[in-house]
Amino acid sequence: MNVAETGVALDSRSKHLRSLVIDGLSAGRGHVGSSLSIIEIIRVLYDDVLSVRPREPKWPDRDRFILSKGHGCLGLYAVLADHGFFPAAELKRFCKPGALLGGHVDAHIPGIEASTGALGHGLPIGVGAALAARMRGRPSRVFVVTGDGELDEGSIWEAALSAAKHGLDNLTVVVDYNKLQSYGRIDDVMPLEPLADKWKAFGFAVREVDGHDVSALRDVFQALPFAPGKPNAIIAHTLKGRGISFAELDATWHHKSTVDEAMIMRLRSDLEQN
Amino acid sequence: MRQSALNSVYDLAKRDPRVLFIGSDLGAGVLEKFKTEMPDRFFMEGVSEQHIIGMSAGLAMDGYIPYFNTIATFLTRRCYEQVAVDLGLHELPVRLLASGGGAVYAPLGPTHIALDDIALMRAIPNMTVVCPADAPEMSRLVEATLDWPGPVYIRFGKGGDPVVSSADRPFALGKAIMMRPYGEIAIMSTGVMTARCLKAADELAGSGIGASVIHFHTIKPLDEQTVRDAASTCSLVVTVEEHSRIGGLGSAVTDVLADAGITTPQLRLAFPDQFVGTYGSQDSVLQSVGLQPPEIAKSILAGLETRASRRLARSDTG
Repeated sequence: MNVAETGVALDSRSKHLRSLVIDGLSAGRGHVGSSLSIIEIIRVLYDDVLSVRPREPKWPDRDRFILSKGHGCLGLYAVLADHGFFPAAELKRFCKPGALLGGHVDAHIPGIEASTGALGHGLPIGVGAALAARMRGRPSRVFVVTGDGELDEGSIWEAALSAAKHGLDNLTVVVDYNKLQSYGRIDDVMPLEPLADKWKAFGFAVREVDGHDVSALRDVFQALPFAPGKPNAIIAHTLKGRGISFAELDATWHHKSTVDEAMIMRLRSDLEQN
Repeated sequence: MRQSALNSVYDLAKRDPRVLFIGSDLGAGVLEKFKTEMPDRFFMEGVSEQHIIGMSAGLAMDGYIPYFNTIATFLTRRCYEQVAVDLGLHELPVRLLASGGGAVYAPLGPTHIALDDIALMRAIPNMTVVCPADAPEMSRLVEATLDWPGPVYIRFGKGGDPVVSSADRPFALGKAIMMRPYGEIAIMSTGVMTARCLKAADELAGSGIGASVIHFHTIKPLDEQTVRDAASTCSLVVTVEEHSRIGGLGSAVTDVLADAGITTPQLRLAFPDQFVGTYGSQDSVLQSVGLQPPEIAKSILAGLETRASRRLARSDTG
């Protein structure tokens, strides 16, 4: 199943957030494809789902969002800037000396819960955060977005065992299933199918969704928790590089370190026509 | 020592609701009373060290103070990236209770013998590294960790180790303890080697050599002032540790002396840069590498002679 291939058109907000990602490429580098595939997931979470306060990022009762695929940071920075966690101008200083925003999410940034970048760390931390919320009797929910290549890490499955053992229905893992990892196709590098069955076998309540369909994403998040006493897994079918026609489904756009001014203009132009 | 540590964690948990206990897959019945009396704060999470470190980080981010116990090699090697990134980088107050530090698990072979744990943990920014001498000191130490900032690595001895620490000497993390003052030689040791060094110092006294013994229960942050002061007033600095000669107490002391430009001769007694290739007991393995009291004393006497003859040679040519 690859419901993202049904090709839901990007609305103006999705294009605006992608233009902020392109702002971040002025330093000449970034994980472009990995950031573009998660825009709608993060947009819907921050617009419609998460209980957070941009002016009070450490508000104790907030929901926790952990970007376990820390290299997709530009996608998250775009949404956080848009929500006022920090000025959007910071995106134009991305990865420059003295900048607030670097190439992987960092807990010193307002709105970032955990520094990640090494893969397989976010879900174990999310299990701890979900346990803590429950122990304190708080309504806080925990959302962890992982990559699909990231699921190769054993620590993800260690944490999955634990989440099910503890019945953490306040924990949701969202898999950005764009079918490409750094080297190439997931199916070639390390096949994950049957992915939904794996999460089910590990004790999760599972839903699949088109990860670029804003309406479908709202509906699936609205349905949480999917089953009392079970952690939740949402397999979001996405396109790596979504929104840039020549980057979509192209593994070489996983990360680019040679983005010049001409390429930035080309990216902006292509995004507008998408 | 392990029992003292776990009892101390229990005592802390009884009076402080932030304290949690997490084990991997420990022996049956460990801390049963903790589990019975405070079930919401007792976790046995299975053989999943990488996950447990991350989970501890998530709990600590919310104000809890997790004490995580498993075997030293698994707590350091298996989940090193999680310890460095989830705990060190985030400066989280997770306490790592490392069973079987050094050669305690000698009968079980090199997968269980922890001779690189101090080096690995020292290299992580924000990490505190402690190796108490005996069970009573372990209790004082665990007590002191409650509100200590950042992660702490706590190395356990075998248990039943001779008691050489004393409640009369004030205990503070990061502050070395003078166990035996005054001497032309300063012996610096950590963990259960301190008891052996005190015996070695007695043997040296029989040979007319005065040796002080300074116990560094905290290897990081090291009590650098005490290192500098002792090295400046003695003729030989000896470090003794149940650890590889790479990256442990001897390395830390050498760093301090080199940075301060103190050129007092040094003798570093430690395990060679090899996996232990034999079985037996902690004591027999220590003996095989010259780390029991008679061998320590002999090495120090030989070291004194070697350095004296070098001085003579230099003065002859000078």
